[in-house]
Amino acid sequence: MVSLYLALVLVGWISIYSAIYDENHQSIFDMSQGYGKQMVWIVTALFLALVIILTDFKFFSAFAFPIYFFMILILIAVLIFGSTISGSKSWFQIGSVSLQPAEFAKFATNLAIAKYLSTLNVNFKQFKSVGKMLIILLLPSLLIFLQNDTGSAIVYVAFIFVFYREGMPGAILIIGLISVVLFIMTLLLNPVAVIITLFVICILLVFFMKRNLQNLVILFGMFLIMSAFILSVNYAFDNALEQHHRTRINVLLGIETDLKGAGYNVNQSLIAIGSGGLTGKGFLNGTQTKYNFVPEQSTDFIFCTVGEEWGFAGSIVIVGLFIALLIRIIIVAERQRSNFARIYGYGVASILFFHFAVNIAMTLGLFPVIGIPLPFVSYGGSSLWAFTILLFIFIKLDSYRLNA
Amino acid sequence: MIENKAYEGRKIVIIGIIIVIGMIFAARLFYIQVINDKYVLSANNNVLRYITQYPARGLVYDRTGKLMVFNEAAYDLMVVPKLVKNIDTLQFCRLIGIDKEAFIKKMKKARNYSPYKASIFEEQISKEHYGYIEEKLFKYPGFWVQPRTLRKYPIPAAAHSLGYIGEVSPMEIEANPYYAIGDYIGKSGIEKAYETELRGKKGLKISMVDVFNREKGSYQNGIYDTLPLAGNDLYVSLDVELQAYGEKLMQNKKGSIVAIEPSTGEILALISSPTYDPNLLIGRIRSKNYNELYADSLKPLFNRALLAMYPPGSTFKTVEAPIALQEGVVTPATTFSCGGVTASPIKCSHNHYSPLNLIEAIEQSCNPYYWNVFRKIIENKKYANTREAYINWKSYVNSFNLGMTFNTDLNIERSGNVPAPEYYDKYFGKGQWRSMTIRSLSIGQGELLVTPLQLCNVVAIIANRGYYYPPHLVRAVSRNKVREVKEYEKKFTKVEPGNFEPVVEGMYLAYNGSHGTARRYKMDSIVMCGKTGTVQNPHGENHSLFIAFAPRDNPRIAIAVVVENAGYGSAYGTPIATLMMAKYLLREFERPTYEEEMFNASLISRY
Repeated sequence: MVSLYLALVLVGWISIYSAIYDENHQSIFDMSQGYGKQMVWIVTALFLALVIILTDFKFFSAFAFPIYFFMILILIAVLIFGSTISGSKSWFQIGSVSLQPAEFAKFATNLAIAKYLSTLNVNFKQFKSVGKMLIILLLPSLLIFLQNDTGSAIVYVAFIFVFYREGMPGAILIIGLISVVLFIMTLLLNPVAVIITLFVICILLVFFMKRNLQNLVILFGMFLIMSAFILSVNYAFDNALEQHHRTRINVLLGIETDLKGAGYNVNQSLIAIGSGGLTGKGFLNGTQTKYNFVPEQSTDFIFCTVGEEWGFAGSIVIVGLFIALLIRIIIVAERQRSNFARIYGYGVASILFFHFAVNIAMTLGLFPVIGIPLPFVSYGGSSLWAFTILLFIFIKLDSYRLNA
Repeated sequence: MIENKAYEGRKIVIIGIIIVIGMIFAARLFYIQVINDKYVLSANNNVLRYITQYPARGLVYDRTGKLMVFNEAAYDLMVVPKLVKNIDTLQFCRLIGIDKEAFIKKMKKARNYSPYKASIFEEQISKEHYGYIEEKLFKYPGFWVQPRTLRKYPIPAAAHSLGYIGEVSPMEIEANPYYAIGDYIGKSGIEKAYETELRGKKGLKISMVDVFNREKGSYQNGIYDTLPLAGNDLYVSLDVELQAYGEKLMQNKKGSIVAIEPSTGEILALISSPTYDPNLLIGRIRSKNYNELYADSLKPLFNRALLAMYPPGSTFKTVEAPIALQEGVVTPATTFSCGGVTASPIKCSHNHYSPLNLIEAIEQSCNPYYWNVFRKIIENKKYANTREAYINWKSYVNSFNLGMTFNTDLNIERSGNVPAPEYYDKYFGKGQWRSMTIRSLSIGQGELLVTPLQLCNVVAIIANRGYYYPPHLVRAVSRNKVREVKEYEKKFTKVEPGNFEPVVEGMYLAYNGSHGTARRYKMDSIVMCGKTGTVQNPHGENHSLFIAFAPRDNPRIAIAVVVENAGYGSAYGTPIATLMMAKYLLREFERPTYEEEMFNASLISRY
């Protein structure tokens, strides 16, 4: 796990160097450039990891809630005292260093969820338990949303995997999936057409299942709910979402083509990755990323640099590293004796998976552009520190299991 | 606490989802990176800029090695509107020499083209102005100067022959893939005829740019770049000093002078008057000046030497005499009597003794004599009828390249007119025409039309006693410093050399005989031969023509002069031709008083 982590961090550092490489600052250690700073972040992140490894494991379990509440206070504080960088009021500026509390809220929330779920008498059949869990999640999410950082706010959706593993009815996962499909269908097609299709499917189902009253009622009820959902999609889409989100979704679905505006990022990102070919253009030879055709090429779109310079081979390696890390975390989580450690482990996997999936899907034009970083790889001190803390707490918890 | 084991199986679902997502990414990556190649193309479009490297156009030298055409650097002021920030507009306008409205207009035009790409703000700033602007330009971000070349003519002469260059038209681009928008191409004259020699070969530089179109260096260290290849230099046959002298003699007159070196067919001077300064048709002033020249009622853009057609008048006697001698219908000693101004059916405008022989009739330009000669040719019993005899006569005339073009390197020329027998068949009816009907031909009038160039070639033929080299303007092309001389085929007329001697003698007497039409302009230092022509002009005063060559033996220059509406051939044609020959053969000579007269004479009121 540690070696996978180091591999990703190293790839990130090199990619950042290549993405913003400039002939006047050739040294990768140049402190005036992003890659030089990233090196400092990496060194300090490793120091943080060491501190976590040296901390008593009981500390995390015992202080889960205090840490969580402390982070909530910080999130409130940033709303009041924070400074605004590129539209989001989510930064604390300390000297020349900027920190983003939203990144750190992730591991704090994960600690709180793990702590709460691992206590006795909490299960998904109790309305009270579910409510409390939702509050734990919604509180940071809402505060981050208020900071105008939508990407970081929706990360908390990732906990659905933790809940699923810990006994949440599987139907919720399926309902979630159906909702997404219906949402997309409605935007692409006429809502009435979708409802009629749905109706036809229901009629067909009637023929194939046991025709008792109970089944029919359930089926009819589901049909009504889905129809209502379909009808509300357009309303929600037009009123609840902001314009730039709407355009991003429209561009992705092919409803709008706007290569100079909202579609520019994705198009340029595809060009950069696509032009990489099988083996890429070689280190420092990427033109699309280096010459700024791809925006945010060292942060959210760092994967473009990998795709362009190392091609299909390099991209697959990165995807493979992430998948290996995620599966490794789940396997390690499953072997934990304490529920707290296991749940926390699943939380780590879920958060990392969500970031990985959304970020790469976005650069590949499979998902709307949502500004969240690729863990360990993207440029940024806050996210690197936060993901390091997130992962290394789990490593610490696991190491205790071995020592015991 | 939740029972751990109860839901352990669900880890398989979660791992499954992770693997599925991973596979979707792999498939998508494979599709866009390996299968689909449109992104490579888009990436190249994004980042690569193909910059044409223009070669230097070939230079033009005259026969004495004097530079006639060269390239001068001019400077376009370029702008990228997006980079223009916080400039003192007023000061900038003063620097460039424009007013504020013009500035706003030009900026708007540039912005409409592209806010990020470079476009021309002010075209072709002169070298002097550039030096002044350059040192202050750093204060105005977004502006810079891009050099390009203009044609320059150190001696403002021979505008028609040299021609001019201009931007290629869409039609020219379609016809030849070498050209791209903004390229320059020869539009007329030798610039057009020798376009492929002069233009050289364009080079290509591929450079990479960033998202703001800033240059970031060469692509693959320039392995795909090509260097421009400079154009080949031309050595023209013109004598630029003679050309300029002739243009001066012809100023304020309409007409033309053509001079040829008989032994080679090289054109020494090709003057069409009025002419213009070739420096007027370069760069930013070109379209304005072109329109003005185009609108001028004297048509300075019209190349009279190659395109204007005149009846040859009495100069045609020099063609008729050798034909008649070759046909054996007369001998040099044959005499015909002349009735002078009352002669019929052709009267004589010259007062002379009678009868005259063939030689004297050239010396003194007797019209009735040549009417009789013409009649003898057409009524020759050798031929079945008038038509057959006429066809025979016409083939002789055609062998002097009359009624035909030369097709050398002159780009444009007219064939003149020697009427086909069908023309008379149609006009008078088949078998209805006789020598009498077409008698105007005998004195070079009627339907007979020649260009000054053709007329001069006739003189060259007489000077050579029967052959000529097609007249041309370029002697040699310099390829990689090696001079490649242009070869032309020697062409013979249907008349034997001996039959030209009486004509030469007659032309000699025109200058040197006691009754010669050009005797007033005789020069002791050069043995000149000439023939006057006074061409009847239904639209006004007669045209003054004169043909001549010199010296009599081994002639070095043949010349034809046409001055429109100038009266007798000897009035303008003879003095101008004489001066031109003296200038070419002697360079420095004691200037006769009529030189100044010719410079100053203006016939503008007659046009």
